[in-house]
Amino acid sequence: MDLHFGDAEPSADEREAVDALLGPPASTWEGAADRTGGDLRWARRGRRVAGRRDLLLPGLHALNDRVGWISEGGLGYLCRRLEVPPAEGYGVATFYGMFALTPRPATVAHVCTDLACAVAGAPREALQGAVCHPSPCLGLCERAPAALVVRAGEGGPESARTRGAGEAAGSGELRGSERSGGLGGSEESAAGTVAAVPPQTAAGAAAPADRHATAVVAPATPEAVDLAVRAPHAVADEPSAAAAVPQAGDPGLVLLRRIGTVDPASLDDYRAQGGYAALRRAFELGPAGVIREVTDSGLLGRGGAAFPTGRKWQATAARPEQPHYLVCNADESEPGTFKDRVLMEGDPYALIEAMTIAGYAIGAHRGYLYLRGEYPRALHRLRHALARCRTRGLLGEDVLGQGYAFDIEIRRGAGAYICGEETALFNSLEGHRGEPRSKPPFPVERGLFGKPTAPNNVETLVNVLPVLGMGASSYAALGTGSSTGTKLYCVSGTVRRPGVYELPFGATLDELLDLAGCERERLRAVLLGGAAGGFVRPDELDLPLTFEGTRAAGTALGSGVVLVLDESVPLPLVLLRIAEFFRDESCGQCVPCRVGTVRQEEALRRIAERAGSDPHGTADDITLLRDVGQAMRDASICGLGQTAWNAVESALDRLGAYA
Amino acid sequence: MTAVPLRPPRRLLEFTLDGEQTRAPEGATILDACRAAGKDIPTLCQGDTLTPKNACRTCVVEVEGARTLVPACARGAEAGMEIRTDTPRVRHSRKVVLELLASSVDLSTTPGVQDWLKEYGAEPARFGPDAATVNETPRVDNDLYVRDYDKCILCYKCVDACGEQWQNTFAIATAGRGFDARISTEFDAPLTDSACVYCGNCIEVCPTGALSFKTEFDMRADGSWDPSRQTETTTVCAYCGVGCNLTLHVQDNEIVKVSSPHDNPVTHGNLCVKGRFGYQHVQQGRR
Repeated sequence: MDLHFGDAEPSADEREAVDALLGPPASTWEGAADRTGGDLRWARRGRRVAGRRDLLLPGLHALNDRVGWISEGGLGYLCRRLEVPPAEGYGVATFYGMFALTPRPATVAHVCTDLACAVAGAPREALQGAVCHPSPCLGLCERAPAALVVRAGEGGPESARTRGAGEAAGSGELRGSERSGGLGGSEESAAGTVAAVPPQTAAGAAAPADRHATAVVAPATPEAVDLAVRAPHAVADEPSAAAAVPQAGDPGLVLLRRIGTVDPASLDDYRAQGGYAALRRAFELGPAGVIREVTDSGLLGRGGAAFPTGRKWQATAARPEQPHYLVCNADESEPGTFKDRVLMEGDPYALIEAMTIAGYAIGAHRGYLYLRGEYPRALHRLRHALARCRTRGLLGEDVLGQGYAFDIEIRRGAGAYICGEETALFNSLEGHRGEPRSKPPFPVERGLFGKPTAPNNVETLVNVLPVLGMGASSYAALGTGSSTGTKLYCVSGTVRRPGVYELPFGATLDELLDLAGCERERLRAVLLGGAAGGFVRPDELDLPLTFEGTRAAGTALGSGVVLVLDESVPLPLVLLRIAEFFRDESCGQCVPCRVGTVRQEEALRRIAERAGSDPHGTADDITLLRDVGQAMRDASICGLGQTAWNAVESALDRLGAYA
Repeated sequence: MTAVPLRPPRRLLEFTLDGEQTRAPEGATILDACRAAGKDIPTLCQGDTLTPKNACRTCVVEVEGARTLVPACARGAEAGMEIRTDTPRVRHSRKVVLELLASSVDLSTTPGVQDWLKEYGAEPARFGPDAATVNETPRVDNDLYVRDYDKCILCYKCVDACGEQWQNTFAIATAGRGFDARISTEFDAPLTDSACVYCGNCIEVCPTGALSFKTEFDMRADGSWDPSRQTETTTVCAYCGVGCNLTLHVQDNEIVKVSSPHDNPVTHGNLCVKGRFGYQHVQQGRR
């Protein structure tokens, strides 16, 4: 491969940002400024370098975090370092919503305009001007409307992540050289600093105004967003994760029991509250024993597809190809979903322990945690927790002295809903565009880097702790016969107490809405399962919340979204927003979804603009919606296109929208 | 003489195709089986020399037990499968996919598509006059070939041919997302500033005429392009010793386009810039 790079040079900042991630360039072949005699004789390139393609996305983050956008020179330098063709690098960079390929101000505000925030009155007027960008759901629905302010500058997350990456990178000549190649500094001391002071105010060479900073603004009034844009490092801390759990402290909680009572920064506190007992139990049981327990518990995947977790683990563990990988899907992007964020922010060690157990069960020595790019606090907490676990021997070459090696690397998404689809997530991790692959082959056969992989949602993994803690039979006694355990629900919209709720499977929607404080008189509809889910009418609230119950009722639990809409919310605009969301988030790979989502959005916009004035035209548009929707469901490659029309269809069929 | 590579014999799989027992060798796709049985399945993104990308979804068929329709081009035939290629569900999907494509891009130079639009009763106009189109203007940035992305259906074939499947040049990739996705060089730079080596292997695989010889593009513009007046002559490239086959497309005693037979066991339809574009010396009167 003879790559061709343009003449654009990286700026000093861009060079520094990339070098902080990858180490200094070894030769002019890799983009070093000064040519040495050796460079004329040797070019040590090829597989050794090309094998790092998976660092393309972290590299793009490093550039974007430092400068605020990705220039031709910066992208060219990154591609040269990783031996990635610049056209492909450009294709990857343009795939993600959080990256800009044209100059923009260093501080930008991502203002959520999605369902829950639109219901709560997102400050659309704040969107005027270059610094504010409309954003899909930021996962802060309990505090809607929300905005995320990001200031580019020194000391961004990728500059702190290199040590973890180098250490966690497992075997390989390159990784070894990285470790000795000046990526120095002790992770522990760095982590210690981070633990003591929030990153916004971390002491550094640069003035606060030049340092990378993120600030969550919720509720986002135009004034608050404006203030945060001017001084993101001075924004007050977010309320603790427990504030998103109205049930916090309830002794009946299983998954949420530590949220609010445990200090998310303290490993000792986590262990004092029962942490790492499940991992010890796992080592007693052995990998096959863990899989048997998980299978017997009847645990079903909580990411939306409800696939039996035990079967997935068994299938991965049984594959002869090595290595095996564990992937934690924390790319929580379904509009209205924020349960995984609350788990990761409030109880980060639980996820790490659960990933270690899962890795042990499937025979993986490496786990990837693919985290939404829009979750700075979860990133910070998890990174700190990982560092703590490494020093305490709970991750690394010899976990708990049991001779099992396991480490976890966090990878940040960059604003692409589709990357929550498991095969798109693999492509994104590998440094390709986040386009879903066709199945078969399934991930358990050929997943990440073409190897057997078990991808699991955050909530699914965290369920493994009570499965091992209380035993499979006690766990299976929770919930109903075919939906065992408890489920997290993300309640938002027009309720008095929005937040994450935990209920055993089988509880009714009515009970959940009671907990959340929903006024029944004004209730118009409940959107269950998110944008890809379905609507439920006020007279259907006795619906049992189980996988089979919701399926039988023609809707879906999905990721646990419960978005409550009262009569004040104009339904046509909600449906239009859903269609806009899918149009924006379609990856563009297959025709039914790429063009179909556009045609559906056009039809819904026509209907909304008509406002009932032309019933004949509306009937035609509904026929068109149904025709296109059917083809999308039948012929799209992945779940996004197949389910994109679900919510709108259920609004037509169950709510009688536009009738 | 064409060399026929020998392979070990392949096991035959038995399955049902539209109610008839059919057999196909192991490793064959459903599309291979359909074509062997003489069934016409519309395809756009499928290429005989490329790994299936199954992006266009016109070749979908119904397989018993599958929740969704499956792409015939990519899905391998399996023993015991029950495949139906012409059910109302299949016809509906194909019709809508063709409508979606025809309403968003210019399919006027796509071979076969007009017949399919008729066969499946597709009405692209039903999306109204304001339906969004890709709305691109032809990129004419070099003397050899033109990229008219208004005709591009994003089949990924040019990207695959330029990249790891054939040329390993990686001058183009898909950029952007969703309806805004386009085939592009880095930062949409002109081809002359990109890694392009002008092998033209992307033109060879383009199913819609979005990529075309500059000669063809100019002749279409002035109305003189007329395939009925063209002859095709397959010969051997005289530039080097590899011996690639060239098919010269000649209209009015002028070479207007060069392609290469896809079944050539050495080159599989691929050429280099000399074979593809270096034909001017033939038609200069001084010879």
